[in-house]
Amino acid sequence: MQTGDFKDNEYLDEYVKELRANGVNIAIAKLDDLINWGRSNSVWPLTFATSCCGIEFMCLGAARYDFARFGWEVTRNSPRQADVVFCCGTIVHKMAPVLKRLYDQMAEPKYVMAFGSCAISGGPFKTSYHTVMGVDKIIPVDVYIPGCPPRPDAMIYGMMQLARKIKMQEFFRLPKQPIVAAADDLKNSKETEKGGEQ
Amino acid sequence: MFHFSVVTNWIDELLRTYLPDGWALFIEFVLIGIAILTVYAVLALILIYVERKVCAFFQCRLGPTRVGPFGVFQSVADMIKILLKELIKINKVDPRLFRLAAYLVIIASICTFGAIPFDKGLHVVDFNVGVFYLLAISSLGVVGILLAGWSSNNKYTMIGAMRSGAQLISYELSCGLALMTIVMLSGTMQLSTIVEQQTTAWNIFRGGIPAIIAFVIYLIAGHAETNRGPFDLPEAESELTAGYHTEYSGIQFGFFYLAEYLNMFIIAAIATTLFLGGWMPLHIPGWDGFNGVMDYIPPVLWFFAKTFACVFLALWVRWTMPRLRIDQLLKLEWKVLMPISLINIILMALWIIYIDL
Amino acid sequence: MKVIDELLAQLPFAGIEQKEKTYSVSVPKDKLRETAEWLKNNPKLSFDFLTDIIGMDYTDSLGVIYYLSSTTFPSYIITLKTQTDDRETPEIDSVHDLWLSADLYEREVHDFLGITFVNNPDMRRLFLRQDWKGYPLRKDYDANPELNPIPLDNEDLNDMEDMPFTEINLEGERLEQHRKLFEEEDYVVNFGPQHPATHGVLHLRVSLDGEMIKKVDPNFGYIHRGIEKMCEAYTYPQIPHLTDRLDYLSGTISRHGFCLAVEKGLELEVPERAHYIRTIIDELTRIASHLLGWGCMAMDMGSITAFVYGMRDREKIMDIFEETCGGRLMANYSVIGGVMNDIHPNFQKKVKEFIPYMRKMLKEHHLLFTGNPIARGRMEGVGYLSKEQAISLGATGPTGRASGWSNDVRKIEPYAAYRQADFKEVLRSDGLTFDRYIIRLDEIEESLRIIEQLIDNIPGGNYAAKTKAVIKLPEGEFHQRVEGARGEFDVYINSKGDKFPYRVKFRSPCMTLVNTLKYIAVGTKVADLIMLGGSLDYVVPCIDR
Repeated sequence: MQTGDFKDNEYLDEYVKELRANGVNIAIAKLDDLINWGRSNSVWPLTFATSCCGIEFMCLGAARYDFARFGWEVTRNSPRQADVVFCCGTIVHKMAPVLKRLYDQMAEPKYVMAFGSCAISGGPFKTSYHTVMGVDKIIPVDVYIPGCPPRPDAMIYGMMQLARKIKMQEFFRLPKQPIVAAADDLKNSKETEKGGEQ
Repeated sequence: MFHFSVVTNWIDELLRTYLPDGWALFIEFVLIGIAILTVYAVLALILIYVERKVCAFFQCRLGPTRVGPFGVFQSVADMIKILLKELIKINKVDPRLFRLAAYLVIIASICTFGAIPFDKGLHVVDFNVGVFYLLAISSLGVVGILLAGWSSNNKYTMIGAMRSGAQLISYELSCGLALMTIVMLSGTMQLSTIVEQQTTAWNIFRGGIPAIIAFVIYLIAGHAETNRGPFDLPEAESELTAGYHTEYSGIQFGFFYLAEYLNMFIIAAIATTLFLGGWMPLHIPGWDGFNGVMDYIPPVLWFFAKTFACVFLALWVRWTMPRLRIDQLLKLEWKVLMPISLINIILMALWIIYIDL
Repeated sequence: MKVIDELLAQLPFAGIEQKEKTYSVSVPKDKLRETAEWLKNNPKLSFDFLTDIIGMDYTDSLGVIYYLSSTTFPSYIITLKTQTDDRETPEIDSVHDLWLSADLYEREVHDFLGITFVNNPDMRRLFLRQDWKGYPLRKDYDANPELNPIPLDNEDLNDMEDMPFTEINLEGERLEQHRKLFEEEDYVVNFGPQHPATHGVLHLRVSLDGEMIKKVDPNFGYIHRGIEKMCEAYTYPQIPHLTDRLDYLSGTISRHGFCLAVEKGLELEVPERAHYIRTIIDELTRIASHLLGWGCMAMDMGSITAFVYGMRDREKIMDIFEETCGGRLMANYSVIGGVMNDIHPNFQKKVKEFIPYMRKMLKEHHLLFTGNPIARGRMEGVGYLSKEQAISLGATGPTGRASGWSNDVRKIEPYAAYRQADFKEVLRSDGLTFDRYIIRLDEIEESLRIIEQLIDNIPGGNYAAKTKAVIKLPEGEFHQRVEGARGEFDVYINSKGDKFPYRVKFRSPCMTLVNTLKYIAVGTKVADLIMLGGSLDYVVPCIDR
């Protein structure tokens, strides 16, 4: 599937157009495009999995789903060299500081994906005394992928969403719009995606 | 046969007619520097792409397909990303050594790369002790790896560096001895002369059994020197997270990453030059028509084809074999490869005296 | 059994009840140690396999239940029970020197219920952080999140290494002491919690001498989700959703075990058809799990291609699951009284296609990895586990069978349709890494045989028995053993006649496997530690629950 085939989730592309509505310097815009093209096509995940969802992450790396097609197969074991941390599985109280530390050890630009219901909101372990109800309580999350566990296809979709999100970034210029607007947008997207889970 | 020496000589003469010798040389140096760096970087990108495709092929996968046609721009995207990645300032490391380590590794690798004869005249330095130079400068890389492991102040990197020290220094021996066998056969250390000598028959054919043994030993030991599986103990992803470069991020990590791939190429290129006739086409004595056809293929193509065949072999091994343990690794070197190499030198001497005349 | 009856009669202070093959022996607190020693060392009984220790909160008192099994009569179980009324500083004598597995079980009980085991040299918390307030499995536990907020700083390693212990010396004096786990000059390396080869979030503190391993200290709890406590607030049909997520690689088997335990309590007649379907699904799960285990072990040894091959074949099973159960990894298939829905019309056809495919692929796997000289060199002669050690550690499943301990619950105590199938228990005698590796591939072969026999003979009829809308278990204790992919998985349900269980306990086969690692890894190299972990094939969420 090509990027153009996405019909349902175009708000990110719209947002880029909106940001550039007033015109931008061509050199800067092209450089930005180049950088974003590089970054969005080379997202190296950190091998990090706490529970069940980790197995689906392994499936993603194996022959059937093969995320190497998108250039994501360079899984780094050292957080210093990774771009995105997949929170595959439940995060519990004892793990929370470890995850935070991992996130702090990563080099900018870094992204987080909450993979599975547990990482989004605590999921089936909502009533537990030891579960953190969603990784966004500890670290900022870019993309939420619902499911228990999500199928590898869902994960590919989530990673493509991340790639589109990266294309929104601007390396040379700070966004003119206040950050809050973007944050609101993300919150909405989170709610819609969470809605899909039920 | 078209040789690159035509081009290089033409540039040289052109510059010398318009400029005094000093300036001409200076401009040539700069040009060569730029050319070497560019070729180095482009080759690294190609190698990374090739490895990912070949690995996918062995694993019933597809490999990169999305970025550009057949995913050929995948490694370009990776390069852009890694160039702009943050360099993390890490507490409690030795900052000077930490930075120096990455440069040492890449410089050692580039210096070795420069000495490889791609074609007649396409050659940066042509020492009369070329083989010696290759061995000497390529082993500088281990200093970088040791420094990286030491200065990171991390236990994983430390174990990785110590393993790497033990491994590289041991395998350097059989590497050197295997090359010495060929030096005995050629009677010279100058790389260009060694290649020229192989016009009629490549060394691996001319040298007979001792040369074949030396070739196999060189491939094994050289593979071990590149720190790639099954000899990837210094990195040992599943044991030491990322081994000696665990703490490196951004382009500093990129240097290690590039050097790793280029070292693979360099080892293959040296094997090509010394054993497989370098840029020399395949000539079979007596078959003049065949030899004539072979001569039509440009020597540069010959060189790269042979080198990539060796690289493919390395990748094949890398993606099939599990990793060795440190004691097995050292046992293999000191108890198997080393004695065989020593005996092989004697064999070669006998071969030269009694057969190869 | 007569022998057990006669011998147990020699304990005048014990209250003995018998229910089928389970003997329950209640003893006063001060006689516990004596009885345990007698049960273990009596040559006629020799209850040398401590299956599990279950901590109980009876609201007015705290208790401990020891599940003992014997290699002489493996289908019989003795439950040794004791209680203490002291809720402030409950103390019970330790049995850690009788069974090697008791060490971690006692720490677990201590962590959840605050019972101190006197003379156990290591009374750290097992799952929760050392600074956690309260004991969660007590009925009066205060779950207020303000008491235990989400911590943002890492746990202090000094705290982690400080081992408190209580001992009573020869003069009868009670001493509370502390000891350090490692020596001052040890070179200690952390493997985990985030590490590619710990199969989840296990934390191993390892002290090294060069590359040689001197001591391994596993640290659990990084994925402790409190499933046992959650079960106490869930109704019986709700709980199986949690059991799937214990050992997610053999999720259907644990779920099957729980359903069997409840059915046992309800005395519910499950249709034959459901039994057959469950058995086939269980065996498919076992194959999938072993394939992943095989692949992961190969990956731990640096051969990533083998891992991809394993996953490739596993996808075939996932396809079958997806059609029939609706889920890939979480099949959610068994329910109380049968299975969730009938098999898909394609099920039999696809399974029959899968069997020859898998046989062919097994040959390829052997060709790729088993015969590889490097792999052989790595695996042979490393990580010896003797039969006695395996029994004492409670290392069930393929690990124990590789050491020659016949412990297959499918043979000892056949459940579901295993009686109808003709299969042999794969046993090896050397107890080395290579045996643990090869036994998994052999078990795939056996599982294929079981499926082959059952798939054409699935009887007609209902796929599930009718159950009441609200399921209430009668008062009592219910226990069920099943053979998971990694070893014996036990379910213990204590019911007070309500629609919620009073206490649920799952025996994790993986916890004993990590305990095994502690013993077999000493003296090997770092690379071997990772490989041994792969050969034991533990799943961390199963340990942490």
